[in-house]
Amino acid sequence: MDWGISIFYYLVTVVVVLVYGLFLYAFIAKTMARVQGRVGIPIYQPFLDIIQTYNKRTAVTHGVMFDLGPVFRLAGGLGTLAFIPVIYGSEVFGNFHFAGDLLLVMYFVFFGQLGMALGAGESGHPYASMGVSRGLAQMTAFEVPFALAVIAVFVQYDTASINEIVAAQQGSIYNWTLFTNPFAVVAAMFAFLGMSMYPPFDLVTAPNEIPIGPPTEYHGPYLSFLQTNRAIFAGAKLILFMNLFFGGATNLPVMMVKLWAIYMIPVLIGVAFPRFKVENSIRFFLGVPTLVGIMAVLYVQYWGT
Amino acid sequence: MNDVNDKLKIKSPSAGSPPGDGKGPASAQLENAGLSLEEQQLFCDAAPVPYEPYSPEFLERFHNWIRANSMWVLAFGTGCGAIELNPLMTSRFDANRFGIQMRPTPRQASVLIVAGYSSIKTLKRIIRSYEQMQGPKFVIGLGICTINGGMYWDSYNTIKRLDRYLPVDLYITGCMPRPEALLAGFMELKRKIKAGECDGANRYVKDFEWYKANQKKVIKKWDMPDYNW
Repeated sequence: MDWGISIFYYLVTVVVVLVYGLFLYAFIAKTMARVQGRVGIPIYQPFLDIIQTYNKRTAVTHGVMFDLGPVFRLAGGLGTLAFIPVIYGSEVFGNFHFAGDLLLVMYFVFFGQLGMALGAGESGHPYASMGVSRGLAQMTAFEVPFALAVIAVFVQYDTASINEIVAAQQGSIYNWTLFTNPFAVVAAMFAFLGMSMYPPFDLVTAPNEIPIGPPTEYHGPYLSFLQTNRAIFAGAKLILFMNLFFGGATNLPVMMVKLWAIYMIPVLIGVAFPRFKVENSIRFFLGVPTLVGIMAVLYVQYWGT
Repeated sequence: MNDVNDKLKIKSPSAGSPPGDGKGPASAQLENAGLSLEEQQLFCDAAPVPYEPYSPEFLERFHNWIRANSMWVLAFGTGCGAIELNPLMTSRFDANRFGIQMRPTPRQASVLIVAGYSSIKTLKRIIRSYEQMQGPKFVIGLGICTINGGMYWDSYNTIKRLDRYLPVDLYITGCMPRPEALLAGFMELKRKIKAGECDGANRYVKDFEWYKANQKKVIKKWDMPDYNW
């Protein structure tokens, strides 16, 4: 296919995922507010917030890396999304998938955090450094069950192409990885809890402890980049999990419902549990989730279909 | 709620506050005389400059509407007022529905609430926090002590009038004002922002010399830069 058309389709995907991600965020915030007996934010509030921060009339910088931090973060989000087929079999939402895209996506998922760490480090704020060190430590820990789950998927489907993994899960709900290898899904969902920054794993940006971690010094346009990325990156991660474990999606409504359902898992756990210290969360991720991840690999290797 | 509004008498701060010369800082570079030579190298010495509104008027009006509907609040709990701020986010008052949310860092906030009396020591921190906020920024003086000192009128170490030190956009009087009064104040601030009447950040820059002179008059140990970027 022509490159121009591919890039145009990709931009369409980015806009759809961005708008959906922002609405999803507002929808979840509103749901939680209703549970607490509040009215909650208007459904369009995230859009206003992004415009408001982008149009601050003054800004200060702390150096080149400080400027590049949000750019890396956004590049991480856009890069993750670029290589994941959002809707299986769709020409518009197919993106730039290729034979080994899962390996590249695995890298991109963590690329943004590393870039952000460099930028936040240059801001010179002590809370930013604390947030970065906690974030990277926690990331290293939850990457272990996540990597094990992905390895199990590699072995099970004998491919590193997300498109082929989705293709193998079509036909029946019982073909989903959720049913063919539940251990991998459990291990990956544990890792997802760590990624999604809800309690009990939200110490990195805990507003009432280290206000507010790495983005403490980020303001104005920098912050609007980070807000934009939060929607895109959350969408991209959810789509990745949907593709690997929950059968992918063949049309937009199915995708939206599945992403919402997956997103509700960390939200529901988040409203029920208090916050872990970072040493607690590292011990947690290296305990049961890692064991479940190892079981997932053993299961597909010796007992799986 | 209407009764409360009537009793509140939300005041405009401009009446009676003596303005400076309106010329802005004397030079583009600040002296930073309060810092040692070594420290002067570490801080930015550029003077702040006022910003112009967006050029077609409808664009400025649009952004004012956005600013009014997305207020990020830095609550500076200097005194008893802090305890009235917390219930704003609870289900009884729910300030979230008006687009108001608390930010833990001055960099990201657009509204500074000085909640109650402020001692000289605290004033220094308030000034630092205010100057680190990025414009357009608005200041709410909460409680009678920010207007005329209130029950701290003859105290030796608190300031009496906040608007001699910072450009206050809105006062909410009371000792202490209840969260309903705060919400009414936020509504009034929204109305003023939408009407384009909140120009505090620019006033601060234009009357910079006057504000700095007032601040340095009460803060004897001035060991920070003249403008905290």
